[in-house]
Order: sequence, then C-alpha cells, then structure tokens
Amino acid sequence: MFESLVRRPARWLEADGAEAAIVLSSRARLARNVANLHYPGKASSEMQARVKDFVRLALGNRGLLQTGTLFDSEPVSDIDRDFLIERHLISPEFMRDRQNRALFIQNDESVSIMINEEDHLRIQAFQSGLEIRSAMEKAEKVDSELGATLDYDYSKDYGFLTSCPTNVGTGLRASVLIHLPGLVLTNEIDGVITQISKVGLAVRGFYGEGTDVLGNLFQISNQTTLGRQEEDIISSLEDVTRQLISHEENARMTLIRDAGDEIKDKIWRAYGILKHARVLSSEEAMNLLSAVRLGVAMGILDMLPMRLVNEIMLLIQPAHLQKLLGEELGASDRDGRRADLVRERLMGR
Amino acid sequence: MLCEDCHEREANVHLTQVVNDKKSVLNLCLECADKRGFSNPLKNVPFPLGDFLSSMVDSPRSDRTGQIQQITCLGCGLTFGEFSKYGRLGCGKCYEAFRTQLEQLLRKIHGSSRHCGKLPAGSPEKMVPLIEERKLQEELRRAVEEEKFELAAELRDRLKTVGIERH
Repeated sequence: MFESLVRRPARWLEADGAEAAIVLSSRARLARNVANLHYPGKASSEMQARVKDFVRLALGNRGLLQTGTLFDSEPVSDIDRDFLIERHLISPEFMRDRQNRALFIQNDESVSIMINEEDHLRIQAFQSGLEIRSAMEKAEKVDSELGATLDYDYSKDYGFLTSCPTNVGTGLRASVLIHLPGLVLTNEIDGVITQISKVGLAVRGFYGEGTDVLGNLFQISNQTTLGRQEEDIISSLEDVTRQLISHEENARMTLIRDAGDEIKDKIWRAYGILKHARVLSSEEAMNLLSAVRLGVAMGILDMLPMRLVNEIMLLIQPAHLQKLLGEELGASDRDGRRADLVRERLMGR
Repeated sequence: MLCEDCHEREANVHLTQVVNDKKSVLNLCLECADKRGFSNPLKNVPFPLGDFLSSMVDSPRSDRTGQIQQITCLGCGLTFGEFSKYGRLGCGKCYEAFRTQLEQLLRKIHGSSRHCGKLPAGSPEKMVPLIEERKLQEELRRAVEEEKFELAAELRDRLKTVGIERH
C-alpha cells in the first residue's frame, strides 16, 4: 500500500514556505465528533462502523473523495503504519488497534483525516515552512465541508466536544516543526524551552506527544484549546515561532563569530561522514543531517538544496527505508542500507 | 546513570517532556523503556494522560468523593470514576453528566471553562440565535468593563430572551 507516496517526497518537506531554513513545516489539527454517537474509545464495533460510514458519505457528498483516497486501516501492515507515522499523516496511537479505523489522504498529501482515532474525526492540514495560517485555512475548509453534512457534537459553553478534555473548545492543535541546532549548540535551548512553556505552548520531539528530540528538531504546539479564539491560538504560536527564529539566528551568528572554524569543521565533517559512511544508525544519521542542514542554511554547504536534506531526513526513517527498498530488514541490515541511501542521494543519484 | 524503574541496569533511554513549564526527564534502561512502550518512538505509549488528568481532579478523600466516582453518564454509561482513571470521556453527554467536576478541571487545564471560538457550520436557523447570543455576551462584557451598568442590565435581559428562544 501507499507505493505512490513512497516515490515522492512529503509535500510538507519541500522547503518552499516562509522561513523554511529554520521551520520545516506547520500543521493545524481539528478534533471533531459526530453528535449522539459514543466516542471511539467507548463505542461498540457497530457504532464505530457507523461513524466510518457517515464520514465516507459526507466525504462523497462534498466531492472530497475525488480529491483524495479513503483507506480502511484493517489491511495496513505494521511497516505501512510506521510509514504513515513517519510521514506525520497519522498519530502513533491511531493504528495501535486497526479495527474500524479509516484514513483519508488528499492527493497532494496536504490534508489527512483520521477516522475513529480518539475522536471520530481528526482533520490535519500540513504546509511547508512557517505557514500556520494557510494550514489552518486548509483544515477549516475540509471541516466546513464535512460540518455541512455531519452534525458535530457541539455545546454552547464548551464548544466542539472531544473525548479528552484537553482538546475541547476549538479542538485546534496548531504546531510547527522547527530546527534549532544553534540554540542546542550554544546551550540556550533549555532556557528557551522554559520560556516557551510559560506562554502556554508545549515543546515535544519529532513525532509529537511523548517522543524524544531527534536531529535538533522540535515540535512546538498550543497547550490550551478552550477559552481562546482560533485566531488567537494561531497568532500566539506564530509570534513565538518568529521569536524562536530570531533567537536561533542570533545563536548561529554567535557560533560563527566566536567559534567559526569549529562550527565549519563540524558541518564539513558531518557532510564527509554522510558521504562516505558504510553503516549509519538512524540516530547518528539524524544528528549528522542536522549539522548538514545547519550548513545549508548558513550558506556553508551551498551546493546542497535544503529540500534534499529534508527529504533524506524522512527517507532514512526505518519504515521509509524498508518501503523504498521493498523488503523488510532487521535493524543492523537497515544501518548498512541507510548509509548506502544517504551516499546515493548526496551524490545526486 | 541507573534506570529509574529497576535501579539495576544502566539507563540508556532518556525521555524529555515539557508541559506547562514543567520539564520532566525519565531515564530508563532498554528493558524498562520497552515495558513502558518507550523504546521505539513509533510504538510508544504516550504521556500517561489519564493519571495526569485524574491528579488534577480532587483525590478521593471523603464519602462524597466516593459518590462522585459513581456518577454515571446516561448517554454512554461511563462513570466519573472511569473517567478519572483513563482521562477519556465516552460521549458528548458526559460533559453535562460530569459538569460540576469538569468545570473545575477545564479551568485548571485551559485557564477557562467557556468556548469563545468558532461555531459549527450548521443549519442557519439554529445558528442565528447563537450568533446573536455571542454578540450580546461580548457587548455585555464591554459594558461591564466600561462600567456602563444600565446598558449591562439591559443587555443581560436581552440575553435571557435570546437564550429562551434558542432552547
């Protein structure tokens, strides 16, 4: 499954949005439930199947099925599931149990809808770079289309009702995936993270909630969803992201000024290892790619397009690697094949 | 560094999470990380939200709390005790069934317990009173802020009428 997706880079990694040298991507996610039906965690299998049917009808009704594909999750293999997680099209929780779940993916991969995750609907939209607003517009468009057919669970006091009270109200979780090697190298990152969490935002790892930081990539998202307007949530995330960008740029300037030779050496060595290594674990590769990405952003490795570095960061993830090679591989085999893939891509093949 | 769970093996999985200004770091060995589902980010059991949420609701101390745990949602049969344990509601009616307890929890999580964001795209006839009500609430808030109490009283009366029309 998903063979056509494997062959092309994820849309949100194209490095063509605003501030793409530092911000990899923006995402807006809306949690919605259909009125008068139990939420997936409490619903009988029959009721879950009904939700799936309702959503299929609504998608068809609004012409959305012509713009993308609806996949049943039962036939999705473990590798395909991990592949979708790596591409951020689904959450790690979504296909832990695959019965009665479905996933809609728009053809250009800019929108995905998880059906019967924790809520009946999780509508997500992605954009490359710092483009939270346009991601939100995309999510809202699909939301209004579906809302015109489906009766959403909504209360005057609490807004859109969700299974977990941490999502109630707007149901909106907006986030950016941001690359902060400068702040990590200058040891300022902990202080910055503390500041960010003081203004109601959460900082997480590469795959979101409960995951660790990989390759100096951080996910910043709003923590509260109730008592604020959507616009307010988005503009505060945007403001904080802009401040973070300027902190990161300052840190990079400090590094070049005070430790220029060391930093250039680190970047060129990372590039050298990636171009010649025969075995690479995914953690080592991500850290080296982070240094190379910094080099590209700073104009030190100006022969490499940012898009290529972003793309390699995704392709070396375990499920992507296996899908790309068309075979299941154990961890040690993967490390060898990963090194091959990185070398080939960097040589322009 | 030793694993924080078994205190025997070397900790080689380090999990960091920052929520609401609190940074927590968990250092585990591979075996214990695996037990918790943390070893592979793709298979991880996320942040134990149920525990976190239930710790925000008052802990069981008195008989009354025991009674609270027994409150049951007529929509889906979920008890408040089950919600405290797992942190997930079963249906939209749970919000009414556990209203008193949830109000307190929502204020702790969000700093507010009232929605002021978008309205659903529904049938226009249902929406008109709702939009009117939202507008009046906003005017009322402004009148109170500006200490225009006469206007505030008038707006409050109009709000009541709109509320009746809507129901």
